Amino acid sequence: MKLISKRFNVFYTYRFLLQQLVEKDIKLKYRRSFLGYIWSILNPLMIMMIMVIVFSNMFRFEIANYPVYLIIGQTMFNFVNESTTLSINSIMENAPLLKKTYVPKYIFTISKVTSSLVNFLFALGAMLVVFLVCKVKFNLYFLFIPFILLQVYIFSLGLGLFLAQAAVFFRDVQHIYGAIITAWMYLTPIFYPITALPERIYNLVVTLNPMYFYITQFRTIVMEGHMPSLALIVPGVIVSIVALIIGVFAFSKTQDKFILYI
Amino acid sequence: MEKREFVIAVSDASVRFNMASERIDNLKEYFIKLVRGQLMFQEFLALQNIDFKVKRGESWGIIGTNGSGKSTLLKLICGILKPYKGEVIIDGTIAPLIELGAGFDGNLTARENIFLNGTLLGHSKRYMQEHFDEIVDFAELKDFLDMPIKNYSSGMAARLGFSIATMVSPDILIVDEVLAVGDFAFQQKCERRMQEMLNNGTTLLYVSHSIDSVRNLCDHALWLKKGSAIMCGEAEPVCESYMKSLQ
Repeated sequence: MKLISKRFNVFYTYRFLLQQLVEKDIKLKYRRSFLGYIWSILNPLMIMMIMVIVFSNMFRFEIANYPVYLIIGQTMFNFVNESTTLSINSIMENAPLLKKTYVPKYIFTISKVTSSLVNFLFALGAMLVVFLVCKVKFNLYFLFIPFILLQVYIFSLGLGLFLAQAAVFFRDVQHIYGAIITAWMYLTPIFYPITALPERIYNLVVTLNPMYFYITQFRTIVMEGHMPSLALIVPGVIVSIVALIIGVFAFSKTQDKFILYI
Repeated sequence: MEKREFVIAVSDASVRFNMASERIDNLKEYFIKLVRGQLMFQEFLALQNIDFKVKRGESWGIIGTNGSGKSTLLKLICGILKPYKGEVIIDGTIAPLIELGAGFDGNLTARENIFLNGTLLGHSKRYMQEHFDEIVDFAELKDFLDMPIKNYSSGMAARLGFSIATMVSPDILIVDEVLAVGDFAFQQKCERRMQEMLNNGTTLLYVSHSIDSVRNLCDHALWLKKGSAIMCGEAEPVCESYMKSLQ
């Protein structure tokens, strides 16, 4: 218990660093671009429009309000993709720093996941535009959305911490993960309806794919206007907490050895 | 909190590196070697059984030839490295200046880097804002504040790094050979600043190849050779025998 409170104190001391790192990421992302932060909103909008055109003309899925369906799935998956992919390199990228000053190493991973979250919040702006254009009816359950974001954030953080420490010892992780995330994307109902899957895969996705839990929670609120069922929320929460525990455990086990490998 | 007598207590510490003859950092090789039972590393002790205790307010020069473990010892004290054996106890905040431009992001401007570096040392943004002018004045870089650090010369970066690390008044200041790139006037200025800090009770660990500046600044010295402590004590005799050994 004492150890935990001590750890927390250290984290608290470095909260300003975390803030600086997140600000730095966001600032550098759009430095010297003409439209700057507007890209954060414009980009998801453009990609969504392309996908809407592709998927409503080439592959026809019977989904009402397809742009809304698509942008929710796409934005959420994008967040997990971006945050975990950036996390993988978070330790190695900061090797020069870690070799010369003492900083809690997890700060770098947290900062990557957090700056992805900030981008995600910008993308929610794009989502809002789509909702307005597609005449989505806003309801009280929208207040539950931050809780969904929290689940995804914790899940990504756990996964990110795990990948970051694994990648220090095995650089292969960055390459393998690229393939895994592509497979994962196709196994997540982002642009197709879940019912389009063959039964065996359907069962797997519905029970094992955490992204299905999160995305469907979001869609239920926005598209059906009611509270997502506990059968979605409970596994979603459990998966995110388990991911965090595994990530933190693996990270803290190996972090003292990082310095010898970076 | 009770004040310990020693701010730095390194007891019987060794640091071990795995000098893998070829670095194994991909899975395939790892498994092949694991299966064949070849997963052996050549071990290399960068520091061996170092005992080193520093009292509050003392200033220590650490001397030795290249590769003798000076920087490794400093990294051990900063907490960057963990001892393989033995123990390191630190009491107080540390500002490490181990290498040039550590904690600077080349793409950010000097102004932004001051804040980044300050928070790296655990200070709040507000605290840095209050000391911002002092830092810039000391570094004499007022005209280059909005230039990305990557365009700085190494001397300029050293100035900025030194200003930040000393401005935040740490309990322990660690300076590793970073001043060598500064011009003479700035080196003098830095030595004066370190002297001032010593008078105010800061503990200093100073690595330099310039024996004169060690004699000037430090009251104690530690001589390292191939990872072992050869001599440890008052600065004058240690420097003397070190110089003799070089001839």
